[in-house]
Amino acid sequence: MADSKRPSILSRNISSKIASIPMALTALVIFIGCSTWTVVYSFTGSKLLPKLRWTGLSQYDRLWGTDRWIVSIENLAIYGFCMLLFSMVVGFVMAALLDQRIRFENTFRSIFLYPYALSFVVTGLTWQWMLNPTFGVQKVVRDWGYTAFTFAPLTDSDYAIYGVLMAGLWQGTGLVMVIMLAGLRGIDEDIWKATRVDGIPKWKTYIRIVIPLMRGAIITALVLVATSIIKVFDLIVAQTQGGPGLATEVPAKYVMDMMFRNQNLGQGFAASTMMLAFVIIILIPWTVYEYREKRRG
Amino acid sequence: MKKTITALAMTAIMAAGAAKAAELEVVHWWTSGGEAAAVAEFAKALDASGHKWVDGAIAGGGGTNAIPAVVSRLLGGDPMGATQFNHGRQTEDLIQEGLFLDLTELSEKEGWRDFVFPGSLLDACTYDGRLYCVPVNIHSWQWIWLSNPAFQKAGLDVPTNWDEFVASAPKLRAAGIAPMAVGAQAWQSTGMITEVLAVAIAGPDTWNKVNIDKDASVAAGPAYTKVFEAAATARELAADISVTDWNLATAAVITGQAAAQIMGDWAQGEFAVAEQVAGKDYSCLPGLGVNPVLSLGGDAFYFPKNKDAETTKAQLELASLMISKEVQVSFNLKKGSLPVRGDVNLSAANDCMKKGLGLLADGKILAGGNIALSRDTIGQIEDLMVQFWNDTSMSAADAQAKYAAIIAQAD
Repeated sequence: MADSKRPSILSRNISSKIASIPMALTALVIFIGCSTWTVVYSFTGSKLLPKLRWTGLSQYDRLWGTDRWIVSIENLAIYGFCMLLFSMVVGFVMAALLDQRIRFENTFRSIFLYPYALSFVVTGLTWQWMLNPTFGVQKVVRDWGYTAFTFAPLTDSDYAIYGVLMAGLWQGTGLVMVIMLAGLRGIDEDIWKATRVDGIPKWKTYIRIVIPLMRGAIITALVLVATSIIKVFDLIVAQTQGGPGLATEVPAKYVMDMMFRNQNLGQGFAASTMMLAFVIIILIPWTVYEYREKRRG
Repeated sequence: MKKTITALAMTAIMAAGAAKAAELEVVHWWTSGGEAAAVAEFAKALDASGHKWVDGAIAGGGGTNAIPAVVSRLLGGDPMGATQFNHGRQTEDLIQEGLFLDLTELSEKEGWRDFVFPGSLLDACTYDGRLYCVPVNIHSWQWIWLSNPAFQKAGLDVPTNWDEFVASAPKLRAAGIAPMAVGAQAWQSTGMITEVLAVAIAGPDTWNKVNIDKDASVAAGPAYTKVFEAAATARELAADISVTDWNLATAAVITGQAAAQIMGDWAQGEFAVAEQVAGKDYSCLPGLGVNPVLSLGGDAFYFPKNKDAETTKAQLELASLMISKEVQVSFNLKKGSLPVRGDVNLSAANDCMKKGLGLLADGKILAGGNIALSRDTIGQIEDLMVQFWNDTSMSAADAQAKYAAIIAQAD
């Protein structure tokens, strides 16, 4: 970049730079500024009000010594892993099926995407009712004559998180499907023709050629699903309130409860700082990797 | 940061509806039928004095929704006329910030110390020797409500204490009756174990050592071992019936489906609505019939500092109205709680209420968890109790050890 005649960085694309000032400010003040503020105050003994009363790492000591936090992390891990895996796989399979030029494609697409248009609160309540043993799925099947049928995940501590997972998948998979479908439609027709000529089986074409070409769509879906996992809160509140016992507690709910129920801001900030740390731990290696790829490519 | 935005938005919305002078906006979380009727008594009294009551009810039991809204408004410089809080330690920080009106002079002028009974109610409102809130009622936790027909059906006498009740459980079960009903919400099992079983079984002195002096060695000691063993028994006795809300558990006792519920005196309102007669249809044992002692919980109103002199005047008038004789009687009869004055006559009180008044008069009283412990500690205990209550693999000894650890770091 030794070109001496190039216009200065500032004056290039000046209008687009001005246009991006609000967003840049938002990013700096809200994201960086407020996050820093939160991290700083997580080292204080703030109770109902934020106060700079330094207590060192004691909030973190307490956090990692709390059963509820540990259970929350475990739940998030189970929910996150299953959600990521199933929503991506099922979403892709549904998109691939829809891509077979079937009839009523628009109708199916709308049906599958429809749950995403509902708020988590509605989804949570609906699934709470469906999984309720006294008037949900279990009752319907028993009324058909299968009286031994038991299906009440939300009342069983060991399975409650999977009940939440069902609702999450029902809501989230449609979006993944639509993004994947867009990715599939972006694949050049000629590739399909070429593979047909070469006699390569369809499933092999998908795995070896199409999926690598859909990188952009897959990453978009991955990021959207991953963020929805980290911040899952309203679904839990609507569906189980964290119960039975601590069986469906999640980190975001811990943060809210510490801040507003326990009136212990410091503890809430420490927990949210840990959540931020999880995101960074996942995000940084990935960004570095992506950046390197781009430079190489 | 999401929080900050929510708080800002909340403040903005609230600011749009700010009250004019001489209008007092009162925030509270009494939204059920009986509660709303009780609040209406306050509103009537204030409107009669020439000011205007603007109702700012925010639904959500225990103020879970109201308190964050109130705090963000106070910090945002948009104070309401008055706001409910459970008196105790919830408001310490806000008082330190100087956000509440000092009521000391008013209380001295009217001699609140002379008639408020028991006097410890005012202590709960006092910070650094100054008074900041008006207590309006007394609620106590230490009651077990028993269904007389349920015991008759099982061919038993109505028990007179906890041990007799536990012994009667197999026969109740044989008669198809659930021995106990406990709602699934965290505060219910928490209150039952730490306020009721602890006071009744370990005794008031031990309870004070744990909750007031925060002596973890006592919490880990043999007296509390018995408490947690009783809690494990209660967990087993309550397994037959599954409900969420406390009033549904009370309803199970009213219909005779369950034989007993451990719940505060607010349960009495439910029996009253169902036209049950104390002593005939149901019985009550304060302190589980073992240690008849009541802890003092209850509600109080705080008056945020205001720049407007007219509003401040109206706030003081409302404070004095809330604690006046007439309003205390009309309010508490509707609310089903006990008045904070020792000099009023509640002739309409029933058997159980009279038992409560008798205990108050004898001074068999305790501070109550809300007053003794910070909201943070209570929250930690709730998390532990909900875990213990739902996870039958957690033993009484485990729960006790964790409880003692929380008490050790309680502030």
